[in-house]
Amino acid sequence: MFSDSSLLPIIAILPFLGALVPGVMIRAGRTACASFTAIPTVLALVMLGTLAPGVMDGTVYRAEIVWLPQLGLSASFFLDGLGLLFAGMILGVGLLITLYARYYLSGEDPMGQFYTYLLLFQGAMLGIVLSDNILLLLIFWELTSLSSFLLIGYWKHLPEGRQGARMALTVTGAGGLAMIGGMLILGNVVGSYNLTDILAAGDQIRASDWYAPALILILLGAFTKSAQFPFHFWLPHAMAAPTPVSAYLHSATMVKAGVFLMARMWPALAGTDMWFYIVATVGLVTMVLGAVIALFKDDLKALLAFSTVSHLGLLTMLLGFGTPEAAIAAVFHIINHLTFKAALFMTAGIVDHEAHTRDIKRLGGLARLMPITATIGTVAALSMAGIPLFNGFLSKELMLHEAAHVTWYQNPWIVGALATLGSLFSVAYSLRFIFHVFGGPVRDDYPAKPHDPPFGLWAAPAFLCVFVVLIGVAPFLAQPVVRMAAEAVTGEELSFYFKIWHGVNTALLMSIAAIVGGVILLGLHRYLDRLWIAAPRPEAKTIFDGLIAGVVGWMRGITGWLHHGAISRYLAVFVVATLVVGVAAFLGGEMGQQTRALTPIPPVAPLGWLLLVVATVLVVVHHRSRFRALVLIGVIGLMISLGFVFLSAPDLALTQISVETVTILLLLLALHFLPKETPVESSGGRRFGDAAIAIAAGVAVAGLAYAFMTRDFNSISDFHLANSKSGGGGTNVVNVILVDFRGYDTYGEIIVLGIAGLAIFALMESLLAGPAGRRLRNADYTLDRSKDRHPLMMVVATRVMLPIAMMVGIFIFLRGHNQPGGGFVAGLVFSIALLMQYMASGFAWTTRRQRLEYHALIGFGVVIAGLTGVGSWFAGRPFLTSSFGYFEFPPIEEFELATAMLFDLGVFLCVLGAVMLMLFGLSRLARHAGETVNKEPMEYDPSNAVAAATTRERR
Amino acid sequence: MITYAIFFAFGCYGLGLLMNLWRLARGPGRADRILALDTMVINVIALIVLYGIWQGTAVYFEASMLVAMVGFVSTVAYCRFILRGDIIE
Repeated sequence: MFSDSSLLPIIAILPFLGALVPGVMIRAGRTACASFTAIPTVLALVMLGTLAPGVMDGTVYRAEIVWLPQLGLSASFFLDGLGLLFAGMILGVGLLITLYARYYLSGEDPMGQFYTYLLLFQGAMLGIVLSDNILLLLIFWELTSLSSFLLIGYWKHLPEGRQGARMALTVTGAGGLAMIGGMLILGNVVGSYNLTDILAAGDQIRASDWYAPALILILLGAFTKSAQFPFHFWLPHAMAAPTPVSAYLHSATMVKAGVFLMARMWPALAGTDMWFYIVATVGLVTMVLGAVIALFKDDLKALLAFSTVSHLGLLTMLLGFGTPEAAIAAVFHIINHLTFKAALFMTAGIVDHEAHTRDIKRLGGLARLMPITATIGTVAALSMAGIPLFNGFLSKELMLHEAAHVTWYQNPWIVGALATLGSLFSVAYSLRFIFHVFGGPVRDDYPAKPHDPPFGLWAAPAFLCVFVVLIGVAPFLAQPVVRMAAEAVTGEELSFYFKIWHGVNTALLMSIAAIVGGVILLGLHRYLDRLWIAAPRPEAKTIFDGLIAGVVGWMRGITGWLHHGAISRYLAVFVVATLVVGVAAFLGGEMGQQTRALTPIPPVAPLGWLLLVVATVLVVVHHRSRFRALVLIGVIGLMISLGFVFLSAPDLALTQISVETVTILLLLLALHFLPKETPVESSGGRRFGDAAIAIAAGVAVAGLAYAFMTRDFNSISDFHLANSKSGGGGTNVVNVILVDFRGYDTYGEIIVLGIAGLAIFALMESLLAGPAGRRLRNADYTLDRSKDRHPLMMVVATRVMLPIAMMVGIFIFLRGHNQPGGGFVAGLVFSIALLMQYMASGFAWTTRRQRLEYHALIGFGVVIAGLTGVGSWFAGRPFLTSSFGYFEFPPIEEFELATAMLFDLGVFLCVLGAVMLMLFGLSRLARHAGETVNKEPMEYDPSNAVAAATTRERR
Repeated sequence: MITYAIFFAFGCYGLGLLMNLWRLARGPGRADRILALDTMVINVIALIVLYGIWQGTAVYFEASMLVAMVGFVSTVAYCRFILRGDIIE
C-alpha cells in the first residue's frame, strides 16, 4: 500500500502542521522556538531527499486525494524535476532563514509569530510547486499572497511595513484574481483541471480561440507576483519587512513563484509569437529598468530589491524566448540567483544589524571592521556582477548568448544590445555594493560601532557563498540538477555541458563590454547620481496611492448613494431591483394556463381579510405615533396567526403567536428609550415616489401569489410528504423537515440566532460605554407614572401561570415530531413564561433567581445539536442523519424516541438563550438610565402585614 | 343544527371583531386601543375554537390555548408601557 508517492501530501502538509508549534514553543525560549521551526522543514527535506534519486532518473511521482471530484478539484500532487528543484530551494533556504532569523530578530520582536508566518508561507510555496491540480495551485497561490502579507507587515509598528504589506497584497492579490480567470479558461479548454493533462494538451490550447485571454490573464498573475514591469513597484516597498523575510520571499521563493509558473506552463503556453512578444519584451524592459534604478538607490535593501526586479526580468525574458537553450539558461540562473541574492540580502541585514544603517552614503570602509561579512558580501556581489569564476558569470554568459541570437521584430541586435546594457548597469550596482559599503577609508560617523556578528548570523550567507564559488569553479556539479529541471520545463531530452571557457565568442565580448562599462559607470556615479536626483521621474507609490484613493472614493460614492443611512433608501433600492428582475422575468418567460378553479369564499374569511387590510392601512396612517403603530402591528400579527390556522398551518400559527408576543415586548423595551414620535423628514414628492414603489411591489407580489395558487406546479413537498414518516420517523412534516431533511440548515440557523443574541448583548455593552450611554444617564425619564411598580395581581397571576406555561412548553416540545410544535415554539413559550416574571417582579428579583447564564444556554444548545449530528457518524452515516425507535415505558403507552428530539432540544435551548439574552440586554438599559430596582417581589405584600399582625398578637 | 349554531356564532364574533376594529381605529385614548386589541384576541380565540368544532378536529384547540396563554402578555406589556414606561424594571 505504502508507496513513495504518498510522501508528497505529507511533505506539503508538514509546514502547516509545524506552523502550530512555534507560537507555543516560544515560551521555552528563542532557541527552542527556532529548533522546533526547523524540525518540519528538516523532515520535509529528508523525505524529499528520499524521492530525489527517483526524480533524477526521470520518475514522476504522483499522489491524489479525491476532494471534490464534481468540480474537478482534488488534492493531487506531483513531483518532477522542476518541482524537486523548487521544493529543495524553498526548504533549504527556509532552513537557512530559520537559523538567520534566530539571531537577527531582537528580543522585543514576537518570534513565535514570525516563525508561524514563516512556516505558513513555506507550506503555501511548497503547495504551489507540488500541486498537480491548477485549482489547488490557485489556492496555494492565494495563500502565499496572504502569508507574505503577514510577513511583510510583521513589524506592525512601522507604517512603511503596513503600507508595503498592503501594497504587496493588493498587487499580487489582483494578479491572483486575474490568474483564477485564466486557469479556469485553461481548464475549460482542456476539459480537465489536472496540470499533467493541461501540459500534455499544449497544441490544443495554442490552437484554441481562448488562448489569448487565458495567456494574458495567467501572465498577469505571474507578472504581478514576480514584480515585472509595470507591476514591479510593490517589491521595493515590501523591503520594509525584516531582512530574513526579504531574503526568503524576495530572493528565493515568492517572487520566483511567477517565474515558476511560467516555467511550469511552458509546455502548454510557450512557443507562440504572442508568448514571445509579451513575455520576452516585458522581461527585457524589467531587466534594464530594474538595473538602472538599482544603481541610484542608496538604501542597501532597495538596491537589492531593484536588482532582484532586474534579475527576475532576465529570467522572464529567457523563458519568453521559448527555446530549450533559453530554458536551460533560465533554470541555471534561478539556482545561481538564489545563492548570491539570498547571501546578499543577509549581508545587508548584517550590516544594518551592526552599523544600524543601510544607507550606502553613510557606509564605507567596513572591510576592515567586519572582514568576514565583507568577504561574504564581496563574493556574492561579484557573482551578481557576472565576474568569471563565480556562478553568476556562467548563467549570465548563457543569457547573453541567447539574447545575441534573438530577432525582435526583424531587428537582430536590439535584444542583445539591451541585454548588454542591463548587464552593464548590473556590474555597476554590484561593484557599488562592494566599494561603497566595504571599500574606502574607515569612517568615524557610523550610527553604531560595526563589528562582525556572531557565527549564527553569518553562517547562512557563508554557506550559500560556498555554492557560489563551487558552481562557479566547477559548473559540471550543477549540471545534473539543471538538466533534470530543464527537461521537466521543456518536456524534451536535453544534452548540454557547462564549461567556464567557451572560447572568444559574442557572449564573451558582450560580457567584457558590460564589465568595462560598469566600472566606468561606477567611476562616474557621483555625477550621474546628481543628475538622477535632479531628473523628474514618476513615483510609483504616489501613483498607486492615488489610484487606490480614486477607486476607494468612487466606491464610497456608489455605496453612499445606495446606503446613505435611511432605511427608506435601502428598501427602495432593494424593492426596485427585485421589481425590475421580476418584471424582466415575467416579460421574458411564458406563463402557463390557469389550471385551478377558484374556491368559494368561506364565512368569516373576508372579515379577517378586511381586518388585516384596515389594520395595515392604519399602520401607514399612524406610523408617526410609534406606540399606536405598535398596537396596530399587534392586530396584524393576530390576523396572520389566524390566517395560518385557517389555511391549515398550525405549526406556523403557533410560531407566529409566540414570535409576535416576543417581538412586541422587544419593541416596547426599545421604544422606552426612543422618541415616541417619528419626525417628518421626507418631502411630499419623496413620499409620493415611495408610495408608488410600495404599491407596485405589493401588486406584483399579489399577482405572483395569485398566479401560483391558480396553477398546478411540482414542488419538493411531495417528496417530503412521502418520506417524512419512513425516513424521519415523524408525522409532522414541518418538524421533520426542520430537524431531519433540512437539519443542516436548521443547525446553521440556530448558530446564527445564537450569534445574533450574543451580538446584541455585546453591542449594548459597547453602546453603553459610548456617547449613547452618557446620553442615557443624563436623560430624564421621570414622567407622571403609576406608583404601583409591581402590582400584586400581576405577580400572583404570573406565578400561577409559570408552571402551566412550562407544562405547555414541554408538551409542545415532546410531541413536536408528530404533531404541531417542536423545539422552536417550545423555546419561545418558555421565554414568554420567564419574561412574565421579569415584567411582574422586576429585573433584580428575577435575575437573582436565575441559575444559568443565558450565554451558556446558547452554547449548550449548539453543542447538543452538533453532538447529535456528529453521533450519526458513529453509526457510519452522514452528519445529522436521524434514527428513531419505538419504546414502551409502562405505564405510558408506546413512545417514540428519535435522535431528532435531541437535536430539537438543542434548538430549544438555543432559542430560549438567544431570546432571553436579547431582552435581558435591552432591559439592562434602564439600569444605566439610573432606574432603581427593588428586591421584593411586589410593591406591597399583604402577607407581610398579616404575618406582622400575627406576631404582634402572639406577643 | 350545530352548523347553524356555529354560523350564528361566527356572525356574532365577526361583528364583535368589526366593533373592536372601530374602537381601535377611532381611539380616542391609548387605553381604548389596547383594550380593543385585547378583546380582539378573545374574539379570535373564540373563532379558532369554533373553526375547530366546525371542521371536527382538535388540532386548533391548542392554537387557541396558546393564544389565550400568551395573548394577555402583550396587553400587560402595553399597559405597563403606558403606566411605567419601562416594561421590565
